[in-house]
Amino acid sequence: MRGYVIKRLAQAVGVLWAAYTVSFLVLDYLPGDPVTAMAGAGMDSGQVDPARLAALRHEYGFDKPVPVQYAEYLGRAVRGDFGDSVSTGRPVTATLADALPQTLQLTGAAMLFAVVLGGGLAVLATYTTLRWLRQLLLSLPPLGVSVPTFWVGLLLVETFSFRLHWFPAFGNDGLGGLVLPALTLAVPTGAQIAQVLAKSLLTALDQAYVETARAKGAGRWRVHLRHALRNASLPALTVVGLLVGQLIAGSVVVETVFSRDGLGRVTAAAVTAQDIPLVQGVVVFGALIFVTTNLVIDLVYPLLDPRIVVASGRRAALA
Amino acid sequence: MSQSLVDDPAEAALDPARAFTAGKDREPGGRVDVRRLARFVVRRPGLLLSVVVLVLVALASFHPEAFTSQDPLKGVPSQNFRGPSGSHWFGTDELGRDVFSRVVHGAQLSLKATLIAVLVAFVVGGLVGVVAGFTGRWVDDVLMRCVDVLLSIPALFLSLALVTALGYGTVKVAVAVGIASVAAFARVARSEVLQVRQAVFVEAARASGARWYSVLARHVLPNAAGPVVVLATLDFGSSILAVSALSFLGYGAPPPALEWGTLISDGRNYLANAWWLTALPGLAIAATVLATNRIARALDGEWSRQP
Repeated sequence: MRGYVIKRLAQAVGVLWAAYTVSFLVLDYLPGDPVTAMAGAGMDSGQVDPARLAALRHEYGFDKPVPVQYAEYLGRAVRGDFGDSVSTGRPVTATLADALPQTLQLTGAAMLFAVVLGGGLAVLATYTTLRWLRQLLLSLPPLGVSVPTFWVGLLLVETFSFRLHWFPAFGNDGLGGLVLPALTLAVPTGAQIAQVLAKSLLTALDQAYVETARAKGAGRWRVHLRHALRNASLPALTVVGLLVGQLIAGSVVVETVFSRDGLGRVTAAAVTAQDIPLVQGVVVFGALIFVTTNLVIDLVYPLLDPRIVVASGRRAALA
Repeated sequence: MSQSLVDDPAEAALDPARAFTAGKDREPGGRVDVRRLARFVVRRPGLLLSVVVLVLVALASFHPEAFTSQDPLKGVPSQNFRGPSGSHWFGTDELGRDVFSRVVHGAQLSLKATLIAVLVAFVVGGLVGVVAGFTGRWVDDVLMRCVDVLLSIPALFLSLALVTALGYGTVKVAVAVGIASVAAFARVARSEVLQVRQAVFVEAARASGARWYSVLARHVLPNAAGPVVVLATLDFGSSILAVSALSFLGYGAPPPALEWGTLISDGRNYLANAWWLTALPGLAIAATVLATNRIARALDGEWSRQP
């Protein structure tokens, strides 16, 4: 078990480092000159003062050779310093930390909705004996992954805010303001969870142990939840881990639709202002969230399914 | 983290050896049976409808004037904010422009961006996957670690970083979306090439003295292409969504150019009094994506499983 944990930790750190490198290459070196973009950021005029350019170039270290720059930036990034935002002048880390709580609320609520609605749909669709209900339920997830999120959000606002006045249309106020954005964000995620869970539930229900449980006289509901769902939820758990990054990124669109403050709004503003340090911070942060959730899930997995550690241990013994 | 990120995670998580790869040991014999194809489509009304929707969208992007005679850019100000009716199917906007005509004309840029995105992902991802799978050893290791890294950055964030670096515009947004889905293509292409490489007919070709490039071009690639094509169809749908999300955020073509995402973000300002400005263009996007996803599902499995 210890070997497994150490190996996974090392992998996670490696992926983070590489993600930082990718963002460095894309943002600082793809086309042309980031300094011109930075100096021009927020201004309409095309002309930029050459002295200011040179000063900026020196300040950000772009007058040094690329490997040296990269090493310096990486060294600072390891200590959590991603430089200062070009448009506001505040440190990137502080800007992200301020925006994060709102977005974590949003994505947390969205994940809750997604798991409850998506999971519930899958369980119900596989449990029901009514053919039409099953067909109806199973046709919803493909629909959920095909609709644009921003469109769903706007339709919800249109219906529940402007027509029915149930929830506020925008802003960060309280729980009421959280419902519509979280629901919007939950649609594609919940649909994907439902697809995976329904499929693995159907596979699990075909297994011999389910037959055994039935033969022993367990009720249908009990077989479904206690025996099949437990085993079927493992693939769904993996997918949940993969979807967390998608949820965080989805906040860019949803927070724009609902005019909520948070990481997504900060990101959209940063892209508009070509605020390179801030965008880089967001990209690395996204990778950090993704890597961390998957690390946690990989570490929890052996507790749920002991075969995983046994298998990796056996492979280690052979090597 | 070693899961494939193919758009339908259900397929990826549970069934890595797709139905498509079932009969890999015999080389398929080319020609498409037209009668079998017709029977297959006719028995599935949903699929038939999907094909019709896609054909209409494709036609609209080439000949928008065939669908509507109204000018998408010039409006009649006295006729603004008219709801959907016989003369204006999707209503009119704040300047009295016909929304249906704007949607029809918007198909062109949206579809162009989507095609570029899929093409970028297909070519770059496919190339990486084929090289990794066919070369093996350390090349494979290095390329696949790079792919893992791309997968760890949420797709939208990666696209946004690329947009920041490249700038705004339809083509740039398309390239950004395409690069963000390179990783999925690389994985599928690699695993297919790996499987085909071990097939008996490839061994036979090798043993009879064929060069590596002719083995690759004549035996490996044609037989590894199936699942990658399916992925491309799926990716078409998700690229429409990604492209329209980016143009909704305002990174697409500047006005007066028409894109589906921009149409919706324009209509957003009149949400309280003119629902059709957002609802109906969104319906066009949803219908197109649904249609491509349905066709992808038919290509993936249903076709090979039918009697």
